[in-house]
Amino acid sequence: MELFTPDFGLVFWMFIAFGVLFLILWKFAWPVILKTVDSRAELIDKGVEYAQNAKEQLDNARQEAESYLNDARRQQADMLRDADKMKTQIIEQARAAAQVEAQKVMDNAKVQIEQQQKEAQHQFRNQVSEFALQIAGKIVQNQLADDKAQEKLVDTLLDEIENKK
Amino acid sequence: MKRFIAILSIIAAVFTAAPGAFASSGEGGESGKLDPKEIIFEHLGDGYGWEVPFDHHHRIPLPVIVFGTDGLHVFSSARVTDGQTYRDGNAEFRIAGASSDHKGKIVEIVDGKESRPLDLSVTKNVCALFITVLVVAGILLWLAHFQRKNGFKAPRKGLGGVEAVVVFIYDTVIKPALGPKAPKFAPYLMTVFFFILVMNLMGLMVIFPGGANLTGNIAVTLVLSVLTFLVTNIFANKHYWKEIFWPDVPMWLKVPLPIMPAIEVFGMFTKPAALTIRLFANMMGGHMIVLVLTLLIFIFSAVNPVAGGGATVVSLLFSIFMLLIDVLVSFIQAYVFTMLSTIFISLAQHEPHEAHGEGETHESIGKEIRNAILPTAAQAKNY
Repeated sequence: MELFTPDFGLVFWMFIAFGVLFLILWKFAWPVILKTVDSRAELIDKGVEYAQNAKEQLDNARQEAESYLNDARRQQADMLRDADKMKTQIIEQARAAAQVEAQKVMDNAKVQIEQQQKEAQHQFRNQVSEFALQIAGKIVQNQLADDKAQEKLVDTLLDEIENKK
Repeated sequence: MKRFIAILSIIAAVFTAAPGAFASSGEGGESGKLDPKEIIFEHLGDGYGWEVPFDHHHRIPLPVIVFGTDGLHVFSSARVTDGQTYRDGNAEFRIAGASSDHKGKIVEIVDGKESRPLDLSVTKNVCALFITVLVVAGILLWLAHFQRKNGFKAPRKGLGGVEAVVVFIYDTVIKPALGPKAPKFAPYLMTVFFFILVMNLMGLMVIFPGGANLTGNIAVTLVLSVLTFLVTNIFANKHYWKEIFWPDVPMWLKVPLPIMPAIEVFGMFTKPAALTIRLFANMMGGHMIVLVLTLLIFIFSAVNPVAGGGATVVSLLFSIFMLLIDVLVSFIQAYVFTMLSTIFISLAQHEPHEAHGEGETHESIGKEIRNAILPTAAQAKNY
């Protein structure tokens, strides 16, 4: 059958045509195309890998930042609490110190007052006795009696006064 | 609906009548009787001119190149159409008639007898071949140019489609089967793929730049498989030749009668033969079905005009359906040819395994085929 017998002319031209096509493409097309396709695939692979790494790193960084933030917050809270504690402590101390000081001042004052009282009493007594002596002297001068009896009388009088008091 | 059918019928009649009527007037036209076989074979075969749509009397003339008894003769095919005899110097040429042994071919008349000269004419098929070469080279050089200019920028639209096909074949067929040797053989295999694909698709176009049944011609597929055969055997490694002439089989199968080597050598030739026949038969079959469906209209019309009308609608729909299937088949056959070529070449590049056994060759073939057929799995492994 004609269909199943290859025609020599067509076989000949087919060899030529395919050979020419192959040489053209082999020289000018395939090296460029295959290289581009391959390197583009590689580039995309690398890009994907890079993106994945970047995402991982970003996640890590975010986590790190969060932990830093949490730390900072905790520290802040601690510091605030410490400051509060210190404040109350200081106030407490100040109050205690003030109380002690006040007590001291009061005690001092009391002692001084007592001293002054004693002094005053003493002075008063001295003065009284001076006055009494002057009075007695005057009386004695006036009465010109026994000095000793007079003095004795005065002392007894004075004792009486004191005891009355 | 009636009007729709009527319009469809008219369109169908116009489109299908052109080649059918032309063929019948060309070959069996004198008797006025329809000869489907003649028409089909004329359309599947080659011709010295290229028919023009809607014109039954003119063809695009193509150069006839023959080496006759007295040397080279080049003349236009228009000089020998319709059975005319052309006299060039002392030699006389004509296209042999239906009764001749060389029916439809150029013959030289020597002493009143027809003899076939060495015929290197640029026939319809050869011309289609040249157009295919131009188209393939154009597309791929365009792509190469684009990539050279734009670097890693991916092309869009049509060129993007071309590149998608390139990547599909390269990454899923050639790379999994050939591995590190892929860049060495890829240019040949990719060229084969695009060449066959463009030939197949151009063959499906009905008018001028297409319409030649090129991959449905055994000469074309034969050359392609011979090339695959040559590439396979020229670049084959030692292991391949050892498997052929001294395979790992029991000694009595090799000495004294070389039974296995004989089978293996036979196998060397059956592979390209299978390639040849597969592509040829598939593409020819596709063309033939469309032709038969078209001719059904005329066969039924000759019986009864009403039946003819009905047949027109049915055949038209079926023809469109078959042509669409043929578009798919065009791609599949180009893919299969490339895939099998790749596998044959990769088998000849195959390094021996550590474990030798009788089933080794089959095992490795199975592995190669699995690799080639399940590219997605292989790809998934890569990524």
